[in-house]
Amino acid sequence: MNSPAVAAPITAQAFKSDYKPIWCPGCGDYSVLSSFTKAFAKLDLRPENIAVVSGIGCSSRIPAYTTCYGFHGVHGRSLAAASGLKLARPDLTVVVASGDGDGYSIGGNHFLHACRRNVDLTYVVMDNHVYGMTKGQPSPTTEPDWDSKLSPGGTGLRTFHPLVIALAAGANFVARAFSGDPNGTADIIAEAIRTPGFSFVEILSPCVTFRPEQREWKQLARPAPVTTTDDAARAARRIMTDDGFNIGVLYKGGRKPYQPSIGKGKKRPSDLEAEFAI
Amino acid sequence: MSTKKSTRESTRKTRAAATPKRTAARAAAKAAPIASASGFMAHAYAMEAEAAERYAEFADSMEMHNNRDVAELFRKLSRIEQRHADQILEQMGSKQSPAPSANFRWEGAEGPETADPTELHYLMQPYHALQIALHNEKRARDFFAHLAKVTANAGVRKGALEMERDEAEHVRLIEEWLKRTPVPDFNWEADPDPPMLSD
Repeated sequence: MNSPAVAAPITAQAFKSDYKPIWCPGCGDYSVLSSFTKAFAKLDLRPENIAVVSGIGCSSRIPAYTTCYGFHGVHGRSLAAASGLKLARPDLTVVVASGDGDGYSIGGNHFLHACRRNVDLTYVVMDNHVYGMTKGQPSPTTEPDWDSKLSPGGTGLRTFHPLVIALAAGANFVARAFSGDPNGTADIIAEAIRTPGFSFVEILSPCVTFRPEQREWKQLARPAPVTTTDDAARAARRIMTDDGFNIGVLYKGGRKPYQPSIGKGKKRPSDLEAEFAI
Repeated sequence: MSTKKSTRESTRKTRAAATPKRTAARAAAKAAPIASASGFMAHAYAMEAEAAERYAEFADSMEMHNNRDVAELFRKLSRIEQRHADQILEQMGSKQSPAPSANFRWEGAEGPETADPTELHYLMQPYHALQIALHNEKRARDFFAHLAKVTANAGVRKGALEMERDEAEHVRLIEEWLKRTPVPDFNWEADPDPPMLSD
Protein backbone atom coordinates (compact mmCIF):
# COMPACT_ATOMS: atom_id res chain seq x y z
CA MET A 1 0.00 0.00 0.00
CA ASN A 2 1.28 3.43 -0.86
CA SER A 3 1.76 5.80 2.02
CA PRO A 4 -0.14 9.09 1.67
CA ALA A 5 1.85 11.77 -0.17
CA VAL A 6 3.24 14.47 2.09
CA ALA A 7 3.37 17.91 0.49
CA ALA A 8 6.88 19.32 0.43
CA PRO A 9 7.24 22.47 2.53
CA ILE A 10 6.99 25.62 0.43
CA THR A 11 10.23 27.52 -0.10
CA ALA A 12 10.84 31.28 -0.01
CA GLN A 13 11.78 31.07 -3.69
CA ALA A 14 8.20 30.08 -4.55
CA PHE A 15 7.07 33.57 -3.53
CA LYS A 16 9.51 35.37 -5.86
CA SER A 17 8.23 36.35 -9.29
CA ASP A 18 10.27 36.38 -12.50
CA TYR A 19 10.44 40.17 -12.47
CA LYS A 20 13.82 41.44 -11.39
CA PRO A 21 13.81 44.37 -8.97
CA ILE A 22 15.01 47.67 -10.42
CA TRP A 23 16.09 49.15 -7.09
CA CYS A 24 19.57 50.66 -6.90
CA PRO A 25 22.33 48.14 -6.15
CA GLY A 26 22.84 48.15 -2.38
CA CYS A 27 19.26 49.26 -1.56
CA GLY A 28 17.88 47.74 1.64
CA ASP A 29 14.59 46.89 -0.08
CA TYR A 30 16.17 43.81 -1.72
CA SER A 31 16.60 42.29 1.73
CA VAL A 32 13.09 43.29 2.75
CA LEU A 33 11.73 41.42 -0.29
CA SER A 34 13.74 38.41 0.83
CA SER A 35 12.30 38.78 4.36
CA PHE A 36 8.75 38.89 2.96
CA THR A 37 9.26 35.63 1.07
CA LYS A 38 11.01 33.95 4.01
CA ALA A 39 8.18 34.98 6.36
CA PHE A 40 5.52 33.62 3.99
CA ALA A 41 7.41 30.31 3.70
CA LYS A 42 7.91 30.15 7.45
CA LEU A 43 4.14 30.49 7.95
CA ASP A 44 3.56 27.84 5.26
CA LEU A 45 1.26 30.21 3.38
CA ARG A 46 0.50 29.86 -0.33
CA PRO A 47 0.89 32.72 -2.85
CA GLU A 48 -2.78 32.47 -3.84
CA ASN A 49 -3.80 33.16 -0.24
CA ILE A 50 -1.80 36.37 0.14
CA ALA A 51 -2.36 39.88 -1.20
CA VAL A 52 0.47 42.41 -1.14
CA VAL A 53 -0.89 45.95 -1.44
CA SER A 54 1.23 49.07 -1.91
CA GLY A 55 1.16 52.77 -2.74
CA ILE A 56 3.84 54.68 -4.63
CA GLY A 57 7.60 54.84 -4.17
CA CYS A 58 10.62 52.56 -4.37
CA SER A 59 9.32 50.26 -1.63
CA SER A 60 5.88 50.07 -3.23
CA ARG A 61 7.29 48.14 -6.17
CA ILE A 62 7.35 45.04 -4.00
CA PRO A 63 4.03 43.41 -5.05
CA ALA A 64 5.29 42.82 -8.60
CA TYR A 65 8.33 40.97 -7.31
CA THR A 66 6.22 38.38 -5.52
CA THR A 67 3.98 35.63 -6.88
CA CYS A 68 1.17 36.69 -4.53
CA TYR A 69 -1.84 38.74 -5.54
CA GLY A 70 -0.70 42.34 -5.79
CA PHE A 71 -2.20 45.80 -5.90
CA HIS A 72 0.11 48.72 -6.71
CA GLY A 73 -2.25 51.51 -5.82
CA VAL A 74 -2.50 55.24 -5.40
CA HIS A 75 0.07 57.31 -3.50
CA GLY A 76 -0.58 57.07 0.25
CA ARG A 77 -3.81 55.11 -0.15
CA SER A 78 -2.53 51.57 0.22
CA LEU A 79 -4.10 51.16 3.67
CA ALA A 80 -7.53 52.21 2.42
CA ALA A 81 -7.38 49.68 -0.42
CA ALA A 82 -6.01 46.99 1.88
CA SER A 83 -8.68 47.58 4.55
CA GLY A 84 -11.42 47.19 1.96
CA LEU A 85 -9.80 44.05 0.60
CA LYS A 86 -9.40 42.43 4.02
CA LEU A 87 -12.99 43.19 5.02
CA ALA A 88 -14.32 41.80 1.75
CA ARG A 89 -11.97 38.78 1.75
CA PRO A 90 -11.12 37.96 5.38
CA ASP A 91 -9.68 34.64 4.23
CA LEU A 92 -6.72 36.39 2.59
CA THR A 93 -3.52 37.33 4.40
CA VAL A 94 -3.14 41.01 3.53
CA VAL A 95 0.28 42.63 3.78
CA VAL A 96 0.73 46.31 2.98
CA ALA A 97 4.07 47.74 1.81
CA SER A 98 4.97 51.39 2.00
CA GLY A 99 7.79 53.87 2.53
CA ASP A 100 8.28 56.85 4.84
CA GLY A 101 7.02 59.33 2.23
CA ASP A 102 4.05 57.30 1.03
CA GLY A 103 3.14 56.07 4.49
CA TYR A 104 3.76 59.02 6.81
CA SER A 105 3.25 62.05 4.58
CA ILE A 106 0.86 61.43 1.70
CA GLY A 107 -0.75 58.55 3.57
CA GLY A 108 -0.30 59.94 7.09
CA ASN A 109 -3.99 60.32 7.79
CA HIS A 110 -4.78 56.80 6.59
CA PHE A 111 -2.01 55.53 8.86
CA LEU A 112 -3.59 57.08 11.97
CA HIS A 113 -7.05 55.74 11.25
CA ALA A 114 -5.85 52.30 10.18
CA CYS A 115 -4.19 52.02 13.62
CA ARG A 116 -7.45 53.13 15.28
CA ARG A 117 -9.60 50.82 13.20
CA ASN A 118 -7.41 47.76 13.87
CA VAL A 119 -8.31 45.74 10.78
CA ASP A 120 -6.33 42.50 10.65
CA LEU A 121 -3.52 43.76 8.37
CA THR A 122 0.27 43.78 8.47
CA TYR A 123 1.68 47.17 7.53
CA VAL A 124 5.38 47.19 6.61
CA VAL A 125 7.04 50.56 6.12
CA MET A 126 10.54 50.65 4.62
CA ASP A 127 11.99 53.80 6.15
CA ASN A 128 15.09 55.40 4.61
CA HIS A 129 14.39 58.99 5.73
CA VAL A 130 14.21 60.28 2.15
CA TYR A 131 12.07 60.31 -0.99
CA GLY A 132 14.31 58.12 -3.14
CA MET A 133 12.20 57.64 -6.24
CA THR A 134 11.84 61.39 -6.81
CA LYS A 135 15.56 61.97 -6.24
CA GLY A 136 16.21 62.86 -2.66
CA GLN A 137 13.69 65.23 -1.09
CA PRO A 138 13.38 65.19 2.72
CA SER A 139 10.59 62.98 4.06
CA PRO A 140 8.73 63.16 7.41
CA THR A 141 11.43 61.05 9.08
CA THR A 142 14.40 63.03 7.70
CA GLU A 143 16.59 64.56 10.38
CA PRO A 144 15.97 68.34 10.69
CA ASP A 145 19.63 69.16 9.97
CA TRP A 146 20.09 66.95 6.90
CA ASP A 147 21.73 69.33 4.48
CA SER A 148 21.11 68.83 0.77
CA LYS A 149 20.69 70.90 -2.36
CA LEU A 150 16.94 70.46 -2.07
CA SER A 151 16.83 71.50 1.58
CA PRO A 152 19.86 73.76 2.17
CA GLY A 153 20.77 73.82 5.85
CA GLY A 154 18.17 71.14 6.58
CA THR A 155 14.41 71.43 6.96
CA GLY A 156 14.57 72.42 10.63
CA LEU A 157 11.38 70.39 11.07
CA ARG A 158 10.76 67.99 13.90
CA THR A 159 10.87 64.38 12.69
CA PHE A 160 7.76 62.25 12.60
CA HIS A 161 7.86 59.47 15.22
CA PRO A 162 5.92 56.64 13.55
CA LEU A 163 6.17 53.97 16.26
CA VAL A 164 4.89 56.21 19.05
CA ILE A 165 2.18 57.60 16.82
CA ALA A 166 1.10 54.07 15.92
CA LEU A 167 0.91 53.21 19.62
CA ALA A 168 -1.05 56.33 20.49
CA ALA A 169 -3.45 55.69 17.63
CA GLY A 170 -4.11 52.10 18.73
CA ALA A 171 -1.96 49.73 16.62
CA ASN A 172 -2.07 46.27 18.15
CA PHE A 173 1.50 45.23 17.28
CA VAL A 174 4.47 47.56 16.89
CA ALA A 175 7.96 46.47 15.85
CA ARG A 176 11.16 47.84 14.40
CA ALA A 177 13.39 45.80 12.10
CA PHE A 178 16.54 46.35 10.06
CA SER A 179 16.98 45.25 6.46
CA GLY A 180 20.58 44.23 7.20
CA ASP A 181 19.18 41.34 9.25
CA PRO A 182 16.83 39.67 6.74
CA ASN A 183 16.36 36.53 8.84
CA GLY A 184 15.46 38.50 11.96
CA THR A 185 13.17 40.73 9.88
CA ALA A 186 11.45 37.65 8.44
CA ASP A 187 10.77 36.43 12.00
CA ILE A 188 9.26 39.80 12.94
CA ILE A 189 7.07 39.95 9.81
CA ALA A 190 5.89 36.38 10.47
CA GLU A 191 4.99 37.31 14.04
CA ALA A 192 3.19 40.44 12.81
CA ILE A 193 1.11 38.38 10.38
CA ARG A 194 0.30 35.81 13.07
CA THR A 195 -0.86 38.52 15.49
CA PRO A 196 -4.53 39.46 14.92
CA GLY A 197 -5.34 43.11 14.31
CA PHE A 198 -3.31 45.94 12.83
CA SER A 199 0.39 45.09 12.98
CA PHE A 200 2.89 47.80 12.19
CA VAL A 201 6.48 46.93 11.28
CA GLU A 202 8.90 49.75 10.59
CA ILE A 203 11.98 48.51 8.73
CA LEU A 204 15.11 50.65 8.60
CA SER A 205 16.10 50.16 4.97
CA PRO A 206 19.09 52.24 3.81
CA CYS A 207 18.97 54.33 0.64
CA VAL A 208 22.57 54.02 -0.51
CA THR A 209 22.07 56.47 -3.39
CA PHE A 210 20.71 59.54 -1.61
CA ARG A 211 21.71 58.71 1.97
CA PRO A 212 25.00 56.77 1.58
CA GLU A 213 25.82 57.51 5.21
CA GLN A 214 23.02 55.06 6.12
CA ARG A 215 25.50 52.27 5.38
CA GLU A 216 26.55 52.96 8.98
CA TRP A 217 23.21 51.62 10.22
CA LYS A 218 24.62 48.11 10.26
CA GLN A 219 26.94 49.26 13.04
CA LEU A 220 24.09 50.88 14.98
CA ALA A 221 21.14 48.46 14.74
CA ARG A 222 21.00 45.91 17.59
CA PRO A 223 18.36 43.85 19.38
CA ALA A 224 16.29 45.92 21.81
CA PRO A 225 17.58 45.23 25.34
CA VAL A 226 14.01 44.79 26.61
CA THR A 227 11.29 42.19 26.23
CA THR A 228 8.03 42.83 24.39
CA THR A 229 5.45 44.58 26.52
CA ASP A 230 1.65 44.69 26.35
CA ASP A 231 1.64 48.06 28.13
CA ALA A 232 1.36 50.77 25.46
CA ALA A 233 2.50 53.58 27.79
CA ARG A 234 5.64 51.67 28.76
CA ALA A 235 6.36 50.85 25.10
CA ALA A 236 5.90 54.51 24.18
CA ARG A 237 8.33 55.66 26.89
CA ARG A 238 10.92 53.15 25.70
CA ILE A 239 10.56 54.17 22.06
CA MET A 240 10.68 57.89 22.86
CA THR A 241 13.93 57.48 24.74
CA ASP A 242 15.81 55.04 22.50
CA ASP A 243 18.06 56.18 19.64
CA GLY A 244 15.92 54.66 16.90
CA PHE A 245 18.07 51.57 16.41
CA ASN A 246 16.56 49.14 18.93
CA ILE A 247 15.27 46.21 16.89
CA GLY A 248 12.50 43.83 17.88
CA VAL A 249 8.83 43.52 18.74
CA LEU A 250 8.30 46.51 21.02
CA TYR A 251 4.60 46.18 21.74
CA LYS A 252 2.00 43.46 21.39
CA GLY A 253 -1.52 44.15 22.60
CA GLY A 254 -4.69 42.14 22.78
CA ARG A 255 -7.25 44.31 20.97
CA LYS A 256 -9.89 42.50 19.01
CA PRO A 257 -9.57 43.13 15.26
CA TYR A 258 -12.21 45.29 13.61
CA GLN A 259 -15.09 43.44 12.03
CA PRO A 260 -17.92 45.43 10.44
CA SER A 261 -21.26 44.70 12.04
CA ILE A 262 -23.63 43.57 9.35
CA GLY A 263 -27.06 43.95 10.92
CA LYS A 264 -30.55 43.79 9.57
CA GLY A 265 -30.97 45.71 6.35
CA LYS A 266 -27.23 45.99 5.82
CA LYS A 267 -25.69 44.18 2.93
CA ARG A 268 -22.73 41.87 2.88
CA PRO A 269 -19.98 42.46 0.29
CA SER A 270 -21.20 39.41 -1.62
CA ASP A 271 -24.74 40.89 -1.80
CA LEU A 272 -23.34 44.14 -3.14
CA GLU A 273 -21.23 42.23 -5.63
CA ALA A 274 -24.32 40.42 -6.90
CA GLU A 275 -26.20 43.70 -7.15
CA PHE A 276 -23.50 45.31 -9.25
CA ALA A 277 -22.86 42.29 -11.47
CA ILE A 278 -23.83 42.95 -15.07
CA MET B 1 34.49 66.92 -0.62
CA SER B 2 30.86 66.49 0.39
CA THR B 3 29.93 65.14 3.79
CA LYS B 4 28.23 62.19 2.14
CA LYS B 5 31.29 61.17 0.24
CA SER B 6 33.57 61.40 3.25
CA THR B 7 31.13 59.34 5.34
CA ARG B 8 31.02 56.75 2.64
CA GLU B 9 34.78 56.52 2.39
CA SER B 10 35.10 56.21 6.12
CA THR B 11 32.53 53.39 6.04
CA ARG B 12 34.65 51.55 3.54
CA LYS B 13 37.75 52.05 5.63
CA THR B 14 35.92 50.74 8.67
CA ARG B 15 34.90 47.68 6.77
CA ALA B 16 38.36 47.06 5.38
CA ALA B 17 39.89 47.48 8.81
CA ALA B 18 37.59 44.95 10.48
CA THR B 19 39.47 41.66 10.46
CA PRO B 20 37.37 38.78 9.20
CA LYS B 21 38.95 36.56 11.83
CA ARG B 22 37.64 38.60 14.75
CA THR B 23 34.14 38.85 13.24
CA ALA B 24 33.99 35.13 12.53
CA ALA B 25 35.19 34.23 16.00
CA ARG B 26 32.51 36.48 17.47
CA ALA B 27 29.95 34.81 15.19
CA ALA B 28 30.88 31.32 16.30
CA ALA B 29 31.00 32.35 19.94
CA LYS B 30 27.60 34.05 19.84
CA ALA B 31 25.84 31.30 17.93
CA ALA B 32 24.05 28.54 19.79
CA PRO B 33 26.25 25.43 19.89
CA ILE B 34 26.02 23.03 16.97
CA ALA B 35 25.52 19.79 18.83
CA SER B 36 25.83 17.05 16.20
CA ALA B 37 27.52 16.20 12.92
CA SER B 38 24.18 16.23 11.09
CA GLY B 39 23.37 19.62 12.65
CA PHE B 40 26.74 20.83 11.46
CA MET B 41 26.04 19.71 7.90
CA ALA B 42 22.65 21.46 7.98
CA HIS B 43 24.35 24.71 8.97
CA ALA B 44 27.10 24.29 6.39
CA TYR B 45 24.39 23.78 3.78
CA ALA B 46 22.45 26.86 4.95
CA MET B 47 25.63 28.95 4.77
CA GLU B 48 26.37 27.94 1.17
CA ALA B 49 22.73 28.23 0.05
CA GLU B 50 22.36 31.72 1.58
CA ALA B 51 25.59 32.83 -0.12
CA ALA B 52 24.40 31.46 -3.48
CA GLU B 53 21.06 33.24 -3.14
CA ARG B 54 22.70 36.56 -2.29
CA TYR B 55 25.13 36.41 -5.22
CA ALA B 56 22.20 35.61 -7.53
CA GLU B 57 20.40 38.72 -6.22
CA PHE B 58 23.53 40.76 -6.87
CA ALA B 59 23.77 39.37 -10.42
CA ASP B 60 20.13 40.34 -11.09
CA SER B 61 20.72 43.79 -9.71
CA MET B 62 23.82 44.36 -11.84
CA GLU B 63 22.05 43.02 -14.91
CA MET B 64 19.23 45.54 -14.40
CA HIS B 65 21.83 48.31 -14.26
CA ASN B 66 23.57 47.06 -17.37
CA ASN B 67 26.81 46.24 -15.57
CA ARG B 68 27.23 43.00 -17.48
CA ASP B 69 30.77 42.01 -16.51
CA VAL B 70 29.99 42.20 -12.81
CA ALA B 71 26.59 40.53 -13.30
CA GLU B 72 28.32 37.62 -15.01
CA LEU B 73 30.89 37.36 -12.24
CA PHE B 74 28.25 37.33 -9.49
CA ARG B 75 26.28 34.74 -11.45
CA LYS B 76 29.39 32.57 -11.58
CA LEU B 77 29.98 33.00 -7.83
CA SER B 78 26.36 32.05 -7.18
CA ARG B 79 26.74 28.88 -9.24
CA ILE B 80 29.93 27.96 -7.36
CA GLU B 81 28.25 28.41 -3.96
CA GLN B 82 25.19 26.46 -5.11
CA ARG B 83 27.46 23.64 -6.24
CA HIS B 84 28.99 23.55 -2.76
CA ALA B 85 25.53 23.45 -1.22
CA ASP B 86 24.54 20.58 -3.53
CA GLN B 87 27.72 18.68 -2.63
CA ILE B 88 26.82 18.97 1.05
CA LEU B 89 23.33 17.62 0.32
CA GLU B 90 24.90 14.74 -1.55
CA GLN B 91 27.20 13.96 1.37
CA MET B 92 24.18 13.97 3.63
CA GLY B 93 22.38 11.59 1.29
CA SER B 94 19.46 13.99 1.22
CA LYS B 95 17.41 15.45 -1.62
CA GLN B 96 15.63 18.11 0.43
CA SER B 97 17.17 21.15 2.05
CA PRO B 98 17.88 20.31 5.70
CA ALA B 99 16.55 22.79 8.24
CA PRO B 100 19.10 24.10 10.76
CA SER B 101 17.97 23.93 14.38
CA ALA B 102 15.28 26.52 15.09
CA ASN B 103 17.17 28.39 17.78
CA PHE B 104 20.37 28.82 15.79
CA ARG B 105 21.20 32.36 14.64
CA TRP B 106 24.16 33.58 12.67
CA GLU B 107 25.75 36.32 14.73
CA GLY B 108 22.29 37.89 14.99
CA ALA B 109 22.25 38.59 11.24
CA GLU B 110 23.50 36.54 8.31
CA GLY B 111 25.84 33.66 7.59
CA PRO B 112 29.60 34.34 7.48
CA GLU B 113 29.70 33.67 3.74
CA THR B 114 26.76 35.92 2.83
CA ALA B 115 27.77 39.14 1.09
CA ASP B 116 26.75 42.51 2.48
CA PRO B 117 24.34 44.23 0.04
CA THR B 118 25.42 47.74 1.03
CA GLU B 119 28.82 47.07 -0.56
CA LEU B 120 27.30 47.20 -4.06
CA HIS B 121 27.65 50.14 -6.42
CA TYR B 122 26.17 50.36 -9.89
CA LEU B 123 29.57 51.29 -11.37
CA MET B 124 31.55 48.65 -9.49
CA GLN B 125 34.02 46.50 -11.41
CA PRO B 126 34.93 42.79 -11.32
CA TYR B 127 37.82 43.63 -9.00
CA HIS B 128 35.36 44.96 -6.39
CA ALA B 129 33.13 41.92 -6.74
CA LEU B 130 36.11 39.64 -6.15
CA GLN B 131 37.12 41.68 -3.10
CA ILE B 132 33.64 41.07 -1.68
CA ALA B 133 33.94 37.34 -2.43
CA LEU B 134 37.40 37.19 -0.85
CA HIS B 135 36.14 38.85 2.32
CA ASN B 136 33.29 36.31 2.56
CA GLU B 137 35.51 33.28 1.95
CA LYS B 138 37.92 34.46 4.65
CA ARG B 139 35.07 34.91 7.10
CA ALA B 140 33.76 31.41 6.29
CA ARG B 141 37.25 29.90 6.72
CA ASP B 142 37.72 31.62 10.07
CA PHE B 143 34.24 30.67 11.23
CA PHE B 144 34.97 26.97 10.68
CA ALA B 145 38.45 27.27 12.18
CA HIS B 146 36.99 28.76 15.34
CA LEU B 147 34.18 26.20 15.47
CA ALA B 148 36.73 23.36 15.17
CA LYS B 149 38.62 24.87 18.08
CA VAL B 150 35.69 25.34 20.46
CA THR B 151 33.40 22.38 19.76
CA ALA B 152 33.27 19.44 22.15
CA ASN B 153 31.79 17.13 19.52
CA ALA B 154 34.30 15.05 17.52
CA GLY B 155 32.00 14.80 14.48
CA VAL B 156 31.48 18.55 14.37
CA ARG B 157 35.25 19.12 14.71
CA LYS B 158 36.00 16.76 11.83
CA GLY B 159 33.43 18.47 9.61
CA ALA B 160 34.58 21.96 10.60
CA LEU B 161 38.23 21.15 9.84
CA GLU B 162 37.24 19.78 6.45
CA MET B 163 35.19 22.89 5.67
CA GLU B 164 38.01 25.12 6.87
CA ARG B 165 40.34 23.44 4.37
CA ASP B 166 37.79 23.89 1.57
CA GLU B 167 37.27 27.55 2.38
CA ALA B 168 41.04 28.14 2.60
CA GLU B 169 41.33 26.71 -0.89
CA HIS B 170 38.58 29.09 -2.09
CA VAL B 171 40.49 31.99 -0.55
CA ARG B 172 43.57 30.94 -2.49
CA LEU B 173 41.63 30.61 -5.75
CA ILE B 174 40.04 34.04 -5.42
CA GLU B 175 43.38 35.62 -4.58
CA GLU B 176 44.73 34.09 -7.80
CA TRP B 177 41.71 35.35 -9.69
CA LEU B 178 42.24 38.85 -8.29
CA LYS B 179 45.83 38.88 -9.56
CA ARG B 180 44.51 38.37 -13.10
CA THR B 181 41.86 41.10 -12.72
CA PRO B 182 42.54 44.76 -13.61
CA VAL B 183 42.66 47.13 -10.64
CA PRO B 184 40.07 49.93 -11.08
CA ASP B 185 41.08 53.55 -11.63
CA PHE B 186 40.99 55.79 -8.57
CA ASN B 187 37.88 57.57 -9.93
CA TRP B 188 35.89 54.48 -10.85
CA GLU B 189 32.83 55.87 -9.06
CA ALA B 190 32.76 59.06 -11.15
CA ASP B 191 29.54 59.30 -13.16
CA PRO B 192 29.22 62.18 -15.65
CA ASP B 193 25.44 61.94 -15.28
CA PRO B 194 24.89 61.12 -11.61
CA PRO B 195 21.50 60.21 -10.13
CA MET B 196 21.95 62.79 -7.33
CA LEU B 197 20.07 66.04 -7.29
CA SER B 198 21.15 66.73 -3.76
CA ASP B 199 24.93 66.98 -4.25
